[in-house]
Amino acid sequence: MKKIKVGILGTGNIGSDLLIKVQRSKFLECGIFAGRNPRSEGIKRAKILGVRTSCDSVEAIKNNPDCCDIVFDATSAKVHFHNASILEKMGKYIIDLTPSQVGKMCVPVINMAECLDVKNVNLVTCGGQSVIPIAYAIMKVHPETEYIEIVASISSKSAGPGTRVNIDEFTQTTRDSILSFTGVPKAKALIILNPAEPPVLMHNTIYATIKNPKIERLSSEIKAMVKKIQQYVPGYKLKLGPVAENNRVTTMIEVVGLGDYLPQYSGNLDIITCAAVKIAEEYANNKLLKIKV
Amino acid sequence: MNEILFFDSTLRDGSHAVAHQLTVENIRDYCAEIDSAGVYTVIVGHGNGLGASSLQVGLSGLTDHQMLTTARSQLKKTRLGVFLIPGFGTIKDDLAPALEIGVDLVCVAAHCTEADVTRQHIEYVRSKGKEAFGILMMQHMTTKERLLEEALKMQEYGALGVILMDSAGASLPDLVTENIGRLVKGTNVKVGFHAHNNLGMAIANSFAAIKAGAMIIDGTLRGFGAGAGNCQMEVLAGCLNKAGIETELDLYKLMDVSEHIATTMMTKAQEITSIGLISGLAGVFSGFATKVKVAAERFGVDPRDIFMELGKRKVVAGQEDFITDVAIELAEQKNEKAKNQDLSF
Repeated sequence: MKKIKVGILGTGNIGSDLLIKVQRSKFLECGIFAGRNPRSEGIKRAKILGVRTSCDSVEAIKNNPDCCDIVFDATSAKVHFHNASILEKMGKYIIDLTPSQVGKMCVPVINMAECLDVKNVNLVTCGGQSVIPIAYAIMKVHPETEYIEIVASISSKSAGPGTRVNIDEFTQTTRDSILSFTGVPKAKALIILNPAEPPVLMHNTIYATIKNPKIERLSSEIKAMVKKIQQYVPGYKLKLGPVAENNRVTTMIEVVGLGDYLPQYSGNLDIITCAAVKIAEEYANNKLLKIKV
Repeated sequence: MNEILFFDSTLRDGSHAVAHQLTVENIRDYCAEIDSAGVYTVIVGHGNGLGASSLQVGLSGLTDHQMLTTARSQLKKTRLGVFLIPGFGTIKDDLAPALEIGVDLVCVAAHCTEADVTRQHIEYVRSKGKEAFGILMMQHMTTKERLLEEALKMQEYGALGVILMDSAGASLPDLVTENIGRLVKGTNVKVGFHAHNNLGMAIANSFAAIKAGAMIIDGTLRGFGAGAGNCQMEVLAGCLNKAGIETELDLYKLMDVSEHIATTMMTKAQEITSIGLISGLAGVFSGFATKVKVAAERFGVDPRDIFMELGKRKVVAGQEDFITDVAIELAEQKNEKAKNQDLSF
């Protein structure tokens, strides 16, 4: 079966994890794996796997336009601004995993269909990918919800230097995206790096302030949402709830990674790479269908 | 003159003790009187700092804006300070508005091994021409070498000082002497200490910190604070007088504010309860106490067991959601045991 070629920019943890997932895909194959650092572990590993690599980052695609149709950007927000303009001009479909907020914000389970026609798709944050669907399900049952608060707790080890130096954008973007995706009037995001050893799994708590919550309906809506997410993030689990106490509804989520490139505790990174691959596969599938017709 | 700077956290850490329900009158009256007592800064806000009012760690009775404008209107000589934990408050939503109100000084706090999350906030505060200090929380949880490494990061970001926080009140004086001594030797900025009294060591530890070269001491009047409370500043001032260590503090003034104002904010005397003691021994942030008690009652388990288990899991401030988790697990274990006993003849 014919596959659609993807390019991966950024050879760190996320890029390397994406590569493993792409190699497993029925619809995708990696046309180029490119970064800046020739000594990167990711590049060495990709070479062993027989994948074409480059240290010219986005220029590698510019100089060789046929190497891919889809580009995953796992560099940094700052670098993405530069990459986006080049790749958009080339007509590539861009899936951005940095918190740049340049492209259309996408949480696959909510708005993937409308993100397949745009040029550039942004994956919010890992916290956002994990909690927005639950907040969305809650709002579906209780559109009058007054307030949603999320706590994303991730292991220190899985938060790379990029996440740490951008913790303020990470917090702000997660909060802003809860507002924009769900329409709740007030939201708050708390991000906690947990230094515990051995590293803890990604753990998210979603609180919602609702007068007289219908817990049965919330429960079935949330469980249905969890099932949908599990189709592309198998390690996504409902840990607790929803439970109501006074007018507060609490739901807890745990994300176990697939353990591809990053260990299982890194569910926070897995959830964003799984979402990226899901979008790419959907895009590729549409494209392959068109070819057949 | 090279004097010790006193950071007064009564209106910040004390918030924990009253579930973040300080009133406008509390803040106004306190600030009006403390202004002439010789403290370097009065830190005001929710117990977990700017932007922390939340279901997770407790909703505040007043907004940050109400608290800070009230304090600002009363403080003439003393710097108005705030506390911020990155991941709780953000620059756009919380820090920028606070500086707008006229905050002079910001303490940016992170867990003792995570100083790199404070860079953006320290740099932002310094770029606005305000004073920034770095705080390493839960100082008992890592080595002195690592503390130095993290303190040096804060120094590089522009912090004017680095304060070690014994958040769980889990330290004994020898540990404080070692950790403070290492930072004094290895950094070029002022080094400070923030004590908690779970093991009855808050004054002794603050004293040890000063002897080891600390130039910043963070405390509260009456020891008003989370869990077992803080270093009781008027008592420390008395001890320093007795030891012949000169400070800017006005001992009688501190005593007066403690007697007449601090007591009006407190709903109960600050004491070391068994829960306070056990959280110190477990090395868990004492701000967890209220929620641990609620969970213990709800799930029928011993709060001391919850604390010891939380200690094993090395929970950090902000992970209050783990309390329920642990309580449920302990309750299940208890039921399992009971069941097995029923089955054994």
